[in-house]
Amino acid sequence: MFRNQYDTDVTTWSPTGRLFQVEYAMEAVKQGSAAIGLRSRSHVVLASVNKAQSELSSHQRKIFKVDDHIGVAIAGLTADGRVLSRYMRSESINHSFTYESPLPVGRLVVRLADKAQVCTQRSWKRPYGVGLLVGGLDESGAHLYYNCPSGNYFEYQAFAIGSRSQAAKTYLERRFESFNESSREDLIKDAILAIRETLQGETLKSSLCTVSVLGVDEPFHFLDQESIQKVIDTFEKVPEEEEDGGEAEAEAAAAPTEQGGAGDQDVAPMEM
Amino acid sequence: MTFTIPIDNGDSVKTAEADSQRTLYPYVTGTSIVAIKYKDGVLMASDMGGSYGSTLRYKNIERMKAIGKHSLLGASGEISDFQEILRYLDELVLNDNMWDDGNSLGPKEVHNYLTRVMYNRRNKFNPLWNTLVLGGVKNGESYLGMVSMIGVSFEDNHVATGFGNHLARPILRDEWHADLSFEDGVKLLEKCMRVLLYRDRSAINKLQIAKITEEGVTVSQPYSLKTFWEFKAFNNPTAGAEGSW
Repeated sequence: MFRNQYDTDVTTWSPTGRLFQVEYAMEAVKQGSAAIGLRSRSHVVLASVNKAQSELSSHQRKIFKVDDHIGVAIAGLTADGRVLSRYMRSESINHSFTYESPLPVGRLVVRLADKAQVCTQRSWKRPYGVGLLVGGLDESGAHLYYNCPSGNYFEYQAFAIGSRSQAAKTYLERRFESFNESSREDLIKDAILAIRETLQGETLKSSLCTVSVLGVDEPFHFLDQESIQKVIDTFEKVPEEEEDGGEAEAEAAAAPTEQGGAGDQDVAPMEM
Repeated sequence: MTFTIPIDNGDSVKTAEADSQRTLYPYVTGTSIVAIKYKDGVLMASDMGGSYGSTLRYKNIERMKAIGKHSLLGASGEISDFQEILRYLDELVLNDNMWDDGNSLGPKEVHNYLTRVMYNRRNKFNPLWNTLVLGGVKNGESYLGMVSMIGVSFEDNHVATGFGNHLARPILRDEWHADLSFEDGVKLLEKCMRVLLYRDRSAINKLQIAKITEEGVTVSQPYSLKTFWEFKAFNNPTAGAEGSW
């Protein structure tokens, strides 16, 4: 994508029928660190890679609880993501207050999409630079949606967004057909394995990822570091032990904390 | 549209204007509603009368209406306010259906929505002058609740409005039990309605019984209860006190 004379304004069409500002906003999503979501018939798991500005700082929060039955993982401009999460929480709680009943996630997602669309059709606004993976429950079971800066939304069995999400998507594409019937534990394991794909060689540690679960009988909550590490231990052997078939992570001497890999050496500070 | 009545006290002029903007008293009213949970859902009974003060003016008013797929609403109190509430609910149900997404408003949601509406109006000193009974079944679970004009809201196994609270509920407290059959439920409601017919001045002998189950709502055709006036005490009522009537 190169600079051209049609990309200054979100309300300017290009001769080929594109809104470049919207597409640039979608680029911002691709620069953020990875977030993935998967769902079974009864559960949704959202996971993200923890990225910190520097070794001195804490990592950026990318997964938010919207309600007991809805969670959202974001990638892109986290400030925009926070604002949209606040909107979602507001809509959810207003619905709960009026109807004493949880807001069906499908309806929340449409409101979110309509809100994003407005920003693609006002000359004084800009599109939200964040992609949202919304997981939640409604009467027909568990759902996972992806909301785009363009105002589009899609429902998924499993999806990954952010940098190096293609690796996770490839992993998920191989396995997604079985997800509907997966147990909660298998779903979590698959989520962590997909996260590992995006790390591309880096040692998978529980401090590097955040995992959250929600289900039919389980309100949204984060898994603690211990539980995540336990799952990691089931498929990652400790480097010292030489067991055949164990993942030999000893070779991964590559820089443990940096974002090694394609194109994001100059990650803008506001994007995570 | 608003008239300023010239009165000595400057304040009264403003009050007269302001008062025409809010409900002060009801005009055409419906009397009690009685409702119970039974084996397959909820049964509700009401008569078809609309009183204009002490005149039994209207005798064909349906005070129970189906709301969406899962709920039944009965109202006592101001009939025009009930009609207004039906318009609000119509819009609510319409918007819910327009989503076309497999989710639908259940009785609990409708009940809470009505509670919010009634309470908000009460806070503005402009109430909808009704006591509402909301019954329904969704996913096999029966629901029965009530909201008053001041926003008092609760659920129970049996509810009644107006005079029904005083005359019908004691009967229900004694004789209601879980898993009543349809026939027993109707018999129980008729017992309550008969007492109300004898003792409530605004009741008329033309009632409907509505039932809501997982399958949907059915409102019966209007019918009358058999009454008995040959009680010994009614014969020669002045026997014990000559000269009285």
